[in-house]
Amino acid sequence: MSTRIFGSGIRRREDPRLITGSATYTDDLTLPRMVHAAMLRSPHAHARITAIDTSKAAAAPGVIAVYTHADTEGGLQPAPCAWLLPDSDLKIASYHCLAKDVVRFAGDIVAVVVAESRYQAEDALELIDVGYEPLPAVTDPEAAAAEGAPKLHDEIDGNQAFHWKVAGGDVDAAFAGADVVVKDRIVQQRLIPNAMEPRAALASFVGATGELTVWNTTQNPHIVRFLTSLVLGLSEDKIRVIAPEVGGGFGSKIAAYPADFLTMFCSRKLNRPVKWTETRSENYQSTTHGRDHVQHVELAAKNDGTVLGLRCTVHAGMGAYLSTAAPGIPTILHGLMLSGVYTLPAVHEDVYGVYTNGVPVEAYRGAGRPEATFMLERMMDVLAARLDMDPADVRRKNMIPKFDDGHEVVTTLKYDSGDYPGALDKVLSHADYAGLRAKQKAGPANGTYTGLGLATYVEICGLGPSQVAGAIGFQGGLWESAIVRFHPSGKVHVFIGASPHGQGEETTFAQIVGSELGVDPQDVKVFHGDTDNTPMGWGTYGSRTTAVGGAALALTARKIRDKAKVIAAHLLEAAVEDMDYEDGKFFVKGAPDQSKTIGDIALMANVAWNMPEGVEAGLEASTFYDPPNFTFPFGAHLAVVEVDAETGAVALKRYVALDDCGPQINPVIVEGQVHGGVVQGVGQALWEEAVYDEGGQLVTGSMLDYALPRADLLPDIEVLSTVTPSPHHPLGVKGIGEAGTIASTAAVYNAVMDALRPLGVTSVRMPLTPERVWQAIQDARQAKG
Amino acid sequence: MYAPDFAYYRADSVAEIGRLLRAHPGAKVLAGGHSLIPLLKLRLAAPPALIDIGRVAELKGIAVADGRVRIGALTTHAEIAASSDVARHAPALAAAAGVIGDPAVRNRGTIGGNVAHADPASDLPTVLLALGASFAVATDDGERTIPAGKFFQGMMATALGDHDVVTAIDVPAAPGGQGQAYEKFSHPASRYAVIGVAATVELRGETVGNVAVALGGLVPAAVRTGSVEQALSGRAPSAEAIAGAAAAVSNDLGDDLIGDIYASAEYRRAMAPVCVKRALTAALKQASVADAPAARSPWWKPSWL
Repeated sequence: MSTRIFGSGIRRREDPRLITGSATYTDDLTLPRMVHAAMLRSPHAHARITAIDTSKAAAAPGVIAVYTHADTEGGLQPAPCAWLLPDSDLKIASYHCLAKDVVRFAGDIVAVVVAESRYQAEDALELIDVGYEPLPAVTDPEAAAAEGAPKLHDEIDGNQAFHWKVAGGDVDAAFAGADVVVKDRIVQQRLIPNAMEPRAALASFVGATGELTVWNTTQNPHIVRFLTSLVLGLSEDKIRVIAPEVGGGFGSKIAAYPADFLTMFCSRKLNRPVKWTETRSENYQSTTHGRDHVQHVELAAKNDGTVLGLRCTVHAGMGAYLSTAAPGIPTILHGLMLSGVYTLPAVHEDVYGVYTNGVPVEAYRGAGRPEATFMLERMMDVLAARLDMDPADVRRKNMIPKFDDGHEVVTTLKYDSGDYPGALDKVLSHADYAGLRAKQKAGPANGTYTGLGLATYVEICGLGPSQVAGAIGFQGGLWESAIVRFHPSGKVHVFIGASPHGQGEETTFAQIVGSELGVDPQDVKVFHGDTDNTPMGWGTYGSRTTAVGGAALALTARKIRDKAKVIAAHLLEAAVEDMDYEDGKFFVKGAPDQSKTIGDIALMANVAWNMPEGVEAGLEASTFYDPPNFTFPFGAHLAVVEVDAETGAVALKRYVALDDCGPQINPVIVEGQVHGGVVQGVGQALWEEAVYDEGGQLVTGSMLDYALPRADLLPDIEVLSTVTPSPHHPLGVKGIGEAGTIASTAAVYNAVMDALRPLGVTSVRMPLTPERVWQAIQDARQAKG
Repeated sequence: MYAPDFAYYRADSVAEIGRLLRAHPGAKVLAGGHSLIPLLKLRLAAPPALIDIGRVAELKGIAVADGRVRIGALTTHAEIAASSDVARHAPALAAAAGVIGDPAVRNRGTIGGNVAHADPASDLPTVLLALGASFAVATDDGERTIPAGKFFQGMMATALGDHDVVTAIDVPAAPGGQGQAYEKFSHPASRYAVIGVAATVELRGETVGNVAVALGGLVPAAVRTGSVEQALSGRAPSAEAIAGAAAAVSNDLGDDLIGDIYASAEYRRAMAPVCVKRALTAALKQASVADAPAARSPWWKPSWL
């Protein structure tokens, strides 16, 4: 086995079970005496509960119990918010698992029914009488922050959850000394994450032992265990949380949810296993949403295109309550990224987190960075248009030059390594950008306008140093762990604290072990997602599993290698310092035929018949890796679109994505991550939006109305890469899970605006539906006269 | 998604469908289930009983006879899209069937269920109206025939009585010199027609002969647009004549246009002439090559190929 297994595009070992339907998801599980829960959700966006009568439901066939808020007093704490943003006047409203007196979004849970079958539970929901006194609702974040807006929480003025600032350099001087200032109002519309598997929980409390086992669709089972101990008042050692197969998350399975805690509560009350799986409708109206920013942005520059400063105000809709990690998303993960790939001398941003009568907003693929990248990349194009420069030239003019080991930006982050101009140039030459521009200059054909859109980006991944986590109010650590255990036959078990749910780390982590120790990746089994048999870890989100967990694993493998070398030296009767290692073989320097394989060592270490003095039996090691810094993947994307001016329809004709995530463990998996990421970002630009009406009803309540990207609307994605290792990471890797999403919304949006420029259109609200584009064209024509 | 309780019956013959419908007032007929099952699961409908007609063999299949194509009510959209008979004699129908929903929908959804459901955003009612199709219907008293022009009566409303079942759809074979086209402005999520325009145009030498244009997605039930038809018939098929005729669609739209968050009524009103123009242009292109028999092979490409 060669070390070349690192970088090899071997097939994902997860796929056979996933694509043949053999994988076991939470909803596939059945336990003896298991019963089913269903949630009664508020039909109102905002209302006072005047009465609840559950008597008819309780008497319905098959019904075992019906609970309302009063039943949970003392047995269930509110769902916690665990990112306590410092210096922000953070005000956390209680997120009761069952609404107490007031419902604050259409989907807030009012009662839970447990019945012998899910059908019986659903039928019983219809028999619960709830008296509601409707209250005025507000779902737009700017409107919710305005004076006179309906107030969601009595104790919180102005619906303001927090006011957070980032400032660096002298932004006032930058604007005072600018030749040109460009402005825009950008709406990052509310999105629905749409994991293929809806959320589910199966809770089994056994009264005789006092132990609770929970199978849950989560990205972070160890966090769920910890928070469950707080919310249910159970001892953490009595709780086991298992994330079985999890069918995608995109951030929506980070949070600890009321419905999950309720399912556990019911099991504890009834001393029976209780299962709850949300319907897709419930998923839309209660599982966390993403984005929802209204951004006012100003960019100051010189006439030659040199950027001097960025000033912005963001109203971030948080929904009715603060979800688990929500406060950190539009702030730390957004505001600190505002320098992007550019030398930005000054920045000031005010972010207002605002309570609204909508589903709580959480991390959604990219989580804050797409909203920052869009802001910056859009303004670069607006500036280019104002100065009549090519967008590529404006970018190049302001880019941070190539660096290998650290570059501090105005927001105080220290980027690890990057070659931003290199990435841009490679995309431009691959796509023949000059040729595309020349063709575009020839003018529209048959009313079809061509547009080119660029977006360059850097993102913050590999979250992160735990000391920083503490400083920014994240109520946990951000290290990761790994245990590597060799069995006597040389086969390997790996246990990790992170919790992959579609990203393919069972394959890439086996490749890391394979390349570090010379074992066949097929002989490495990766365990994850069970708090009883994996070491503590903080979960899979923020493109951190490979960047942090992968480092823990590599360092663990190196510990094994060190120990194996000592054993090999002993067996070969050589001095340790005379030993060499290559491709899974330990040999005496200059005598490669005198060697032991890692398999030989595994056997000898496990039987321990002949161990060196002072060396323990067994071949096993573990590492808790706390990264010294974040990692900063980057890239450049180009979109080519055609706009049918007669209808406003946009067609994405070409997409080039260059992403630099450092050395690629498995390029096929990297490409898959880029494909999915790009498509999700394109979805925001062209199709997706969670729309609430005036009364706070979710109008896009199903896949009939919420337009997800479809294969037949997308071109082949041309995937390129450069390789810039992270200087502080044992493998140099940076993370790829979110990269595609971060740039693609801005690239596609910029391309459409580029196409519409001859028609006088400068801004259209996303998603760029045909009607909106067509209307913008009509408006621009009218304005021209 | 959990449907409310219902009784389930399976019919093995057309006669039994009628018997079951009479025996179970309020029962709904289940064919492909692609409209009915979602309604049940969303609890927007709660019929006491479903009568599954999916195994009634006499309702399946496509046959050509007497200058018409007879399509059994249980024929799926995919079967229609793939049928060489339909492609030859009713190419616009084949084209429309090929752009319904997605492959899963087309493999399961049926033409009979589609027309009986009469969703104004469906593709097939529009095409069948333009092609002058008629519907064979089994009733309490035997059988009757309803022309497409009388069948669609409003938003999800048809001329079918409580115990009536569509058994087959008869589509006249396209005469020589006629071109057909179906132009669809598709909703990106539902894949229903925001606007669907079906057009047949006969070319007689240098002039346009009979024209039929039907609209879907715009008004509560698919309708013909007489203004467009009259404006183009008898004219030379120039681009100006086509555009002028297409603009006449505005006369036939009335005040009751459908609008939603994706496409407002005003936008649909503005797009109707554009879609009509594109449908007429495509139909005329077909008509100009229609005389050559070889050209009557499928000219359209299903979206999934």
